[in-house]
Amino acid sequence: MTFRRLSAAVILAACAIVCFTIADALAQQTGPFGAPRPPSIPQADGIVGWILAKQAEFYRSFSGLIRAAKSDGSAVWTLLGLSFLYGIFHAAGPGHGKAVISSYMVASGETWRRGVVLSFVSALAQALVAIAVVSIAAGLIGVTRRTMDVTVQWIEIASYAMIAVLGLSLTWTKGRGFIAAWRGQEHAHGHTHSHSHAHDHDHHHHHEGHHHHGTHDHKHHSHDDHHGHSHGPEPEELAGPGGWKRGLSAIVAVGLRPCSGAILVLVFALAQGLYWAGVAATFMIGLGTAITVAAIATLAITAKNLAARFSSGGEGRGALLIRGVELAAALLVLVFGVALLTGYMTSERLL
Amino acid sequence: MIRYFTIILALVFSALTAPASAHPHVWVTMQSQLVYAPDGTVTGIRHAWTFDDVFSTYATQGIAQKTKGKFTREELHTLAKENVDSLQEYGFFNYAFIDGGRRKDAFAAPADYWLDYENDALTLNFTLPFKTPVKAKELRIDIHDPEFFVNFEFADKDPVKLANAPAACTFTVIKPNDNKFSIQRLDKSFTESNINEGMGAHYGSKIAVKCP
Repeated sequence: MTFRRLSAAVILAACAIVCFTIADALAQQTGPFGAPRPPSIPQADGIVGWILAKQAEFYRSFSGLIRAAKSDGSAVWTLLGLSFLYGIFHAAGPGHGKAVISSYMVASGETWRRGVVLSFVSALAQALVAIAVVSIAAGLIGVTRRTMDVTVQWIEIASYAMIAVLGLSLTWTKGRGFIAAWRGQEHAHGHTHSHSHAHDHDHHHHHEGHHHHGTHDHKHHSHDDHHGHSHGPEPEELAGPGGWKRGLSAIVAVGLRPCSGAILVLVFALAQGLYWAGVAATFMIGLGTAITVAAIATLAITAKNLAARFSSGGEGRGALLIRGVELAAALLVLVFGVALLTGYMTSERLL
Repeated sequence: MIRYFTIILALVFSALTAPASAHPHVWVTMQSQLVYAPDGTVTGIRHAWTFDDVFSTYATQGIAQKTKGKFTREELHTLAKENVDSLQEYGFFNYAFIDGGRRKDAFAAPADYWLDYENDALTLNFTLPFKTPVKAKELRIDIHDPEFFVNFEFADKDPVKLANAPAACTFTVIKPNDNKFSIQRLDKSFTESNINEGMGAHYGSKIAVKCP
């Protein structure tokens, strides 16, 4: 019981910090005389404003550094360092990538290890797509930027459609899981148990719990004994019960869409005759992005795992709760996909 | 109790992952001129918008050129037309306020426009005509992109001029996040004023003209 109280306190504190931060950011959007800012202007003060200002600052320094790198080799190191920082900030601020990845992780019940790997692979894919588009379109064929815009638009549409399909398929699976848990709660206790067996990929979450809460009721953990207590990331374990195929759909859906900032920088580097510096900068942006997305995904997964541990007292209700959270996350992926596809939500646009 | 925690967690999670606004990808440095008719009305705004070098390079990507590194107005004509046409969808990012009230749909499509290319930077020149010439004691033009994809800022040198304005007219240039506004008379005397202090809270580049 003490463990549960402790984690309750930890979650409460974490919630309070995040809530206050958000509230603070919102409060600062009001003008100095209490007059609200025009709602159409997204530029915010506080943390979000600072993140945006930093990104803009880094992004603006790229062109000067690429020019300088032509005569001064050390400028390349500054360029790479700033690209890395830009990636970290870029993923923390705008973009749908982290939102979709985190929701996907929560919905499909990934382990945090898989979450980290998927974040890195999707960011790498994003960098590779940007490099491929610019290398072929601008480098080899020499098309106009109009053609490049259209190309990127089609890639975007494909990416958004895949996110929507991924969300739909997750909603279908998780919706059924939720209904099963719902019925299980209404029926006998035994029913619930067999139902939760179907979702064997979730069992990873309970691993950490094993070692800490010795006094805790172990009955409901008995079914994941076959996983053993190994904490080293075995490749099969990393791949998860669904194998890499399942995660691949998320990687492709998110990673397909290149970041417009990277495309602009690549075209500029190409024109300046220093393409390799642009390519290296793009990979560094990807690395930075991956770190932030991985951190946010881990946070989301940890939050869900803690919630799972809380609710582990009441077997039926707990299972229902977790299925509910998963279904909500699955719906979120679907909503993101549809919103992006219909243009209701634009993450970035090119002129 | 536990259920509420989970609901809170879910809310926090969705707030965390909600996509925020993007930072600008295009920077525009502006020089603008308000054009006056002999009767003292404002007929339009002559803009010269210089784009940053990264965007300029991207925009000119693949355009045929006779001399490498240089583009003539003719070579850039198609791009200029494209720019002006697409700007129309965004109301040219110009917002007119006449004696304190916003005038919607104030501008007509530009008749004359062209692009120049110098030092790796494109400059879009165009005259944005008012549909009906404006007679106002206080005219304010706000220039900004609500989506903040394009960042507009005035040039340090000659940001705003009044062409053929009545002698009594004065103008103020308001820069974003700038609490010190420069107030300039037509005789080009340059004084610092803090009468407008606090207006900087409202983001955006603005021109305010007073004709008593």
